[in-house]
Amino acid sequence: MEKILEVKDLEVSFQTYGGSVKAVRGVSFDLHKGETLAIVGESGSGKSVTSQTIMKLIPMPPGKITGGQILFNGDDIVPKTEKQMEKIRGKEISMIFQDPMTSLNPTMKIGTQIMEGLIKHQNMSKQAAKTRAVELLNLVGIPMPERRVNQYPHEFSGGMRQRAMIAIALAANPKLLIADEPTTALDVTIQAQILDLMKDLQSKMDTSIIFITHDLGVVANVADRVAVMYAGQIVEMGTVDEIFYDPRHPYTWGLLASMPSLDNDNKAELAAIPGTPPDLTNPPKGDAFAARNQYALAIDFEEEPPMYQISETHFAKTWLLHPDAPKVEPPEAVKNRMRQLSSTFDQAVLVKEGK
Amino acid sequence: MAEKLLEIKNLKQHFHVGKGNTVKAVDGITFDIYKGETLGLVGESGCGKSTTGRTIIRLYDATDGQVLFNGEDVHGKKSAKELKKFNRKMQMIFQDPYASLNPRMTVADIIAEGIDIHGLAKDKKERMEKVYELLETVGLNKEHANRYPHEFSGGQRQRIGIARALAVDPDFIIADEPISALDVSIQAQVVNLMKKLQREKGLTYLFIAHDLSMVKYISDRIGVMYFGKLVELASAEDLYNNPMHPYTRSLLSAIPLPDPDTERTRKRVSYDPKVHNYSDNEQIEMREIVPGHYVYCSEKEAQTYKAQYVK
Repeated sequence: MEKILEVKDLEVSFQTYGGSVKAVRGVSFDLHKGETLAIVGESGSGKSVTSQTIMKLIPMPPGKITGGQILFNGDDIVPKTEKQMEKIRGKEISMIFQDPMTSLNPTMKIGTQIMEGLIKHQNMSKQAAKTRAVELLNLVGIPMPERRVNQYPHEFSGGMRQRAMIAIALAANPKLLIADEPTTALDVTIQAQILDLMKDLQSKMDTSIIFITHDLGVVANVADRVAVMYAGQIVEMGTVDEIFYDPRHPYTWGLLASMPSLDNDNKAELAAIPGTPPDLTNPPKGDAFAARNQYALAIDFEEEPPMYQISETHFAKTWLLHPDAPKVEPPEAVKNRMRQLSSTFDQAVLVKEGK
Repeated sequence: MAEKLLEIKNLKQHFHVGKGNTVKAVDGITFDIYKGETLGLVGESGCGKSTTGRTIIRLYDATDGQVLFNGEDVHGKKSAKELKKFNRKMQMIFQDPYASLNPRMTVADIIAEGIDIHGLAKDKKERMEKVYELLETVGLNKEHANRYPHEFSGGQRQRIGIARALAVDPDFIIADEPISALDVSIQAQVVNLMKKLQREKGLTYLFIAHDLSMVKYISDRIGVMYFGKLVELASAEDLYNNPMHPYTRSLLSAIPLPDPDTERTRKRVSYDPKVHNYSDNEQIEMREIVPGHYVYCSEKEAQTYKAQYVK
């Protein structure tokens, strides 16, 4: 499969009065054509910063890309100027934001906001752009699009606004769509509709999607592959089956175990992850998750774990996969979902030395 | 289950929105809350679940209907003294831990505000001791007392909100989306804390949320609301195993589960209020289909639901 995006060892930091916050600390991943990659993690894990950096939407300064490459179609976008980026944003890469109320312009008609990108990037006439805007609204499932193009965002409900945002994002047929928590502000029923819509449009247009969320249910629904982020690093990455049925990193275990399961009538206490994420002004020595990790080994507090490869597509950054590491039992809730996957290697392979 | 702590009878809350229009946010709902239980209230945004909670605790004056707390009308005329007594017994935890704590008060003052108002501490020393004890109960420590809310993370702030509610030793707590603004890993911490406190202090909760999997986990019984009406009320397990009202079914079919296999085969049911096709002379009301399982329906539908019920 064709690679559309390669992120290599990306590092982003922000200068603040309290010192520099290392929000992204060496993130690498690829994205193939037509694929959906979900990035999960809690607030402050760097998932939004990573995706905004791909569009170079982080404010610079205080933000700064301190290292690494972002290859979009083989072309590094890190050194690109603001002017060059304008040609990419909205045309090649589009973004859907979490809160449709604050990311749409309240003083512009929905139609005009969709037409903006069409006129700029595809040199359409106003007339043609308007016809296309109606088509797009129809495509995202908004009834009576002819009337709706002339309405303002406040006349739309939350779910409808999110659909309008998707229409704007898709206007110029982007190759890559970044969706930053697109359904977090919506009700479950509306959420399900939006997810179906995105999957449907993806299959029609063959767009690649980076889907950022903290809801594991949504991940299971949309993702082909999943990257789990913690404290600015990817700690585990694999296909959706590998992450949900054969997770290896204790943080992934923690996330899965802290969700109550619906068919389980067990009223036992939820396995919460104790404590809070570390302060990234001074990232802790060794493994950033060690302090909250009940499976932490002595070495976790000393040295950062390297990346291990468990199958062709499955990677995890934990000392537990080291050949000399003691065997540990994952939490009960995780053990129940474990399955033997055929693609798994007999022995985890060390792929990258930790820093 | 035993004693009724709270009886809500035909509660209505209508808002005037100008030009002679009214929004019927809560439109005649009736249910009881028993001592020591957790009642979950779910529904989509705008269905009136938060308004119900706020009306019960008298943040709004009810348009019609009654709320009886220990047999006493909450919305009746009350002297300042009676109101104070009542306020002590019922407390609320809010959704947004960022907006519901006064940024200019220290944590100690926020928690002790209720203690001061109700005169629950004899002197300064006892007041601080109470604050320390409460902080410990919710998993924070003494040193946090003199800090300000902005120094805390979302999960910690929600703990402060819980400590504040507990300060006056209430019987009943309304939790309005207490975990929606928190991260997954922190949600479990707060839910565990709430359950622990319930066991230790015999609290009764009204838990309002839209996260159905968490509601099922924490609740004994669940009420489903749709457009100002309570459409179904049953024990948590029965509601999930035997949803009857078509809206409940559609809601349950939309919950995303952290399991790729079920997600691939998911069949979503949508709800259209037209399916009921009620005629004008039909009585639509809450009917008990099986013991403890109520559905808002017509007589004819009740028969169908009864026939379909499988234990």
